[in-house]
Amino acid sequence: MQFGIFTVGDVTTDPTNGTTPTEAERIKAMVTIALKAEEVGLDVFAMGEHHNPPFVPSSPTTMLGYIAARTDKLILSTSTTLITTNDPVKIAEDYAMLQHLADGRVDLMMGRGNTGPVYPWFGQDIRNGIPLAIENYALLHRLWREDVVDWEGNFRTPLQGFTSTPRPLDGVPPFVWHGSIRSPEIAEQAAYYGDGFFANNIFWPKEHFARLIELYRTRFAYYGHGTPDQAIVGLGGQAFMRKNSQDAVREFRPYFDKAPVYGNGPSLEDFTEQTPLTVGSPQEVIDKTLTFRDSFGDYQRQLFLMDHAGLPLKTVLEQLDLLGEEVVPVLRKEFAARRKQGVAEAPTHAALVQKRDAALVAG
Amino acid sequence: MTVIAVVSAGLSQPSSTRLLADRLAEAAGRHLAAENTEIRVVELRGLAVDIANNLVTGFPSPALKEALETVERADGLIAVTPIFTASYSGLFKSFFDVLDNTALQGTPVLIAATGGTARHSLALEHALRPMFTYLRAVVVPTAVYAASEDWGAASGDGLASRVDRAAGELAALLSHAAPKRPAEETLIPFEQQLAALRPFTTG
Repeated sequence: MQFGIFTVGDVTTDPTNGTTPTEAERIKAMVTIALKAEEVGLDVFAMGEHHNPPFVPSSPTTMLGYIAARTDKLILSTSTTLITTNDPVKIAEDYAMLQHLADGRVDLMMGRGNTGPVYPWFGQDIRNGIPLAIENYALLHRLWREDVVDWEGNFRTPLQGFTSTPRPLDGVPPFVWHGSIRSPEIAEQAAYYGDGFFANNIFWPKEHFARLIELYRTRFAYYGHGTPDQAIVGLGGQAFMRKNSQDAVREFRPYFDKAPVYGNGPSLEDFTEQTPLTVGSPQEVIDKTLTFRDSFGDYQRQLFLMDHAGLPLKTVLEQLDLLGEEVVPVLRKEFAARRKQGVAEAPTHAALVQKRDAALVAG
Repeated sequence: MTVIAVVSAGLSQPSSTRLLADRLAEAAGRHLAAENTEIRVVELRGLAVDIANNLVTGFPSPALKEALETVERADGLIAVTPIFTASYSGLFKSFFDVLDNTALQGTPVLIAATGGTARHSLALEHALRPMFTYLRAVVVPTAVYAASEDWGAASGDGLASRVDRAAGELAALLSHAAPKRPAEETLIPFEQQLAALRPFTTG
């Protein structure tokens, strides 16, 4: 099982002192956070893609390429890559390039994006969100698997005799997760391809995601990729920790109350009760995270959102220390002890190469 | 069994909006006397903060979720709001804003409103009726408006007869409607999703 962090890349004013980082500071902070993730023994760093203020990460492969050069083990991922408004040809090229530079430490999470104007800014129509996700990914899937592609569709210029370069590292494309917070169509898409399904459950109660993940698992088996238990599931989570629970609550409350996403809404207490957010001691984060397995079954990847709501870099780095030193080692042990037999391993490039080779030998 | 949900957006206690809602529910029950009818009342006042929180977070609290499910699962709906600033109250509208936009599809709905003066009675026709039509509900022809003066009017073509006529219309729709089944998530198989894109291609 893999543990990591994902970041939205928002520039948010610290509500406790009114300071706002510059774009340069935020971008450098994201890099520092990624390097820290590797240092404290996390497996994955994933970043969002956005094309509007107050978000800085419009160019994920530039940032991930830079991080790749400064890390050795960290898997670099996205949360999410906009499969609707990006040209699938450019995704194929950019991420294959990154895959080579990072020696295979790359995967992607596809998402549709929920900012209406981004669609027209990139020449698309939000009402075509699902068809765009389906058609663009179908093309991307082929571009990484077929050396020469002839293709015609509804949303981009046709291709005749096109080869996407560089070809994927070792002839094995980056692993793909499909992220969704509400659409069964996307769970179905992930199941069809035997790809991973990432349920970013951080803002919603679990019942909703339990249904989506169950659908994905059932359909994964239907399409012949393995048993429902072998489907590849990722989950979100978010936490703020201090050694003492009360200290965590006292320190985080002003950030929670003003957070761009849920601020000025429910109380911290209601929100932590109804969603995966945990504000408390490392042990409380461990306990809450272990309940995810009860709701969704054994899963392969757990990503935490740690750098949101205007938290200063120093605080985020302290959080990562706690996550890496006190939470994740226990979670690794506890999840492993509870794991059912036959559950799929978390995807890595090496494992995918091995699987491909085994399939070739089996002929 | 026929279940009628009653949504009342009255704010004061006691509230004339709730009073009107109760009279409508009682009349509907009387018209459906032959059938086993259950009335489930949702008072929005107690859910006001939860509704605002849902607008902010995108998901309902457990108490609001229960209220939304009550409305979604009901066979019929009686929706009553006070008229504020020439239209439905913001609380009333916000509740229907956080309700799933397919929840009332095909559901018979009786709309009613209260106000200090009869001058705003057409708010039912220019605000509530189009809103429920957007939600693809079946709105009964008679909408009931109760101004303060109506509570003291003599019978005849007064409030009591409008309540009775509207409730009768709702009952008639309910006794002819097929029992409502819980909405099922429809799964479109992936091959079909792919195929749906093909007719547009030339190749």
